Amino acid sequence: MSYRAPVNDIRFVLNELAGLSEVCALPGNEDTNPELVDAILEEAAKFAEGVLAPINRNGDLHGNTVDNGVVTTAPGFRDAYHQFRDAGWVGMRGPVEYGGQGMPALVTMAVEELWCAANLSFSLCPLLTLGATEALHHHASDELKSIYLPKMISGEWPGTMNLTEPQAGSDLAQVRSKAVPNPTGDGSYLISGQKIFITWGEHDMADNIVHLVLARLPDAPAGVKGISLFVVPKFLVNADGSLGARNDVRCVSLEHKLGIHGSPTCVMSYGDNGNAVGYLVGEANRGLSYMFTMMNHARLGVGVEGMAISERSYQQAVAYARDRVQSRALGSDDASSAAIIKHPDVRRMLMTMRSQIEAQRALTYLTGAALDKAARHPDAAEKQKAQALVNFLIPIVKGWNTEQANEITSLGVQIHGGMGFIEETGAAQHYRDARITSIYEGTTGIQALDLIGRKLASEKGTTAKVLLTEVAATVNKLKAAGDLAVIGDALEAAQEATIKTVDYLLATFDSNPRAAAVGSVPFLKQMGILLGGWQLGRAALIARQKLADGEGDAAFFESKISVARFFAAHQLPQVAALAQTIRFGAESALEIGEELL
Amino acid sequence: MKALVAVKRVVDYNVKVRVKADGSDVDIGNVKMSMNPFDEIAVEEAVRLKEAGKVSEIVVVSLGVKQCEETLRTAMAMGADRGILVETEAPLQPLAVAKLLKAVVDKEQPQLVILGKQAIDDDANQTGQMLAALLGWPQGTFASKVVVADSKVDVTREIDGGLETVALKLPAIVTTDLRLNEPRYVKLPNIMAAKKKPLDKTTPADLGVDPAPRLTVLKVAEPAKRSAGVKVASVQELVAKLKNEAKVL
Repeated sequence: MSYRAPVNDIRFVLNELAGLSEVCALPGNEDTNPELVDAILEEAAKFAEGVLAPINRNGDLHGNTVDNGVVTTAPGFRDAYHQFRDAGWVGMRGPVEYGGQGMPALVTMAVEELWCAANLSFSLCPLLTLGATEALHHHASDELKSIYLPKMISGEWPGTMNLTEPQAGSDLAQVRSKAVPNPTGDGSYLISGQKIFITWGEHDMADNIVHLVLARLPDAPAGVKGISLFVVPKFLVNADGSLGARNDVRCVSLEHKLGIHGSPTCVMSYGDNGNAVGYLVGEANRGLSYMFTMMNHARLGVGVEGMAISERSYQQAVAYARDRVQSRALGSDDASSAAIIKHPDVRRMLMTMRSQIEAQRALTYLTGAALDKAARHPDAAEKQKAQALVNFLIPIVKGWNTEQANEITSLGVQIHGGMGFIEETGAAQHYRDARITSIYEGTTGIQALDLIGRKLASEKGTTAKVLLTEVAATVNKLKAAGDLAVIGDALEAAQEATIKTVDYLLATFDSNPRAAAVGSVPFLKQMGILLGGWQLGRAALIARQKLADGEGDAAFFESKISVARFFAAHQLPQVAALAQTIRFGAESALEIGEELL
Repeated sequence: MKALVAVKRVVDYNVKVRVKADGSDVDIGNVKMSMNPFDEIAVEEAVRLKEAGKVSEIVVVSLGVKQCEETLRTAMAMGADRGILVETEAPLQPLAVAKLLKAVVDKEQPQLVILGKQAIDDDANQTGQMLAALLGWPQGTFASKVVVADSKVDVTREIDGGLETVALKLPAIVTTDLRLNEPRYVKLPNIMAAKKKPLDKTTPADLGVDPAPRLTVLKVAEPAKRSAGVKVASVQELVAKLKNEAKVL
């Protein structure tokens, strides 16, 4: 099934909701403007549709194979990566001084959506490279940066992130991999240990791979404060920049997974022969905090993945619903069978998918714009406000987009009926591929704890209350906008319910943290739905204005209003129910004896 | 050697156009527009000739509304060196386009002019031929292979029943067919660089050309809907129907 980049929808969100022109006006972004972004989107769309989407099924069918440490990727992946690299997409957000294009996060995010939707497995390789690049750029010495960054930003040497070990998943304090000073005394370290779940840890698409590895130094304190970050290249790099000896790091095996089969998930072994050379990034024992600076970006990236895979699933479901003829249309005089898109429940399912995707795209891109403002806004207070907004929204975007991706791609299968359960239609691949997104880079549970703790309680709800006030302003505009008032009413009810849960969580977090934690994921979902509905309300107001002005494509703007109305009727009411669960549901989850579970 | 490539901004090939309610034209009010695919092939060929050292400069020309600038920027992102926009709101027919291009050619003095064999909106397939006639230059149309050597160009043409190779003395006109090449994916740094390449603007009046249409469109209509078929019981009935009703036998 082919993929069509939703360029019009993306452009609408960028320009009308996320404030692309404001982002372009930030210092350092002078070279970017909406026309250039248009041109970039068009070309990225061609690449995603023409190169990445056609090999998506190859990745699923063939997966990767490993033979004696050598990983062979699925047919077409290597060639596609070379095209991707040569087209300069890897370095889109990379720092200009190392050969990147220095594009704003917001613009990069829009392009990443296309890569993720076209081929989620493929997109993970450049996404992880970006994360590794950022970690090095912010924390490594100039020497390490000059050796590795130009090659990583050009895409010649992709990067990986080696955090997880069998006993250290969500709890990285358990990391056991070791680093000892190299007896040669050259300042490098010898790394040993096993890392698991290493995405694109080994493959045949590049000459070298740059691993970022968490490990403990001999004298390191126990726990999270004793973890350091190291660069461990697959091939050592000579003084002149050429590739030297093969380093003592190898892929021991590939995981057998539920989805994203095109992406090799490696078990990596460091120092089997006692000779895995690594270089310390920044200061000793600061590794975890270095990782966390870019974990935020990575989490946002996974939020984009969730939304993107939902879009892919939606496109396939719509195409099937238009094509599949089955049963007469309800209430029609025509006795002949109709395309299933005419059936009310199929429409409900399609709109459930579509409205959530549009809400997620708006909220996600809003976060991207805030990320740019937090990085580059000239006014210190605005900068700080934007950073607080980013911090608050990231667990919501990550958690909500990916939890819903599971439901949305499941509806994508459902719309296909029995054929959805059959692999050949391809609907099932999206469903399986989506499943990991609510797990990796911190499960939804981890995101939700982060949200109610570090993001809500620790700042006494400041950012949450700012957002609730902004939602209220949109409510007032909607209620004064004639036929949009119905959206305003639904949004208002959701906003009021959320005020109560915020108060409840702030009151409970310290006194009864276990009770607060039971409500954390429902609260994350509640915030996602409320803020998504808020964005769609804004979209409806803008669309109404455009229609009144006779500007642009009327059908497009009318669809924005329909989508917002649907979301207000089908999604926003869930906020009040979630509020009940959050406020009154803790005891029932905690009272039952553990042995009875 | 300088090459000049003409590019047209047309309705994107993925768009299903609709006829306006009054039957005067197709409705292209809010649809996606992009470079005519045959012209993309023309730009790609020029860029390949430049990469092979046969061409030293590529000038792209587009004629029409202001937004044709985007089409020119795309061509420059693919590798063209500079752009010329002949800006006009007037509807342009092939003869007017050929005359305008002749005026540009007179100014620019390229040795090679490459155009798409036709545009996917009006499918006229006339501009290249008309331009050749106006300039008095040789033409190689429907090219599936272009070899430039010294002062000539060998053009392999896609014709009914096979291929024909013609040798043209430069300067010459080449129009491209689909099999000539596969246009490249544009590189991100080149999109940025294209913004900074020179783009000159001129008008039909500046070029001394009256672009007024010579042909009048009487009516635009959707193709007739295909009516439902019938099942025949036997071969005999089918043959009878083909003979008597369809009258094709």
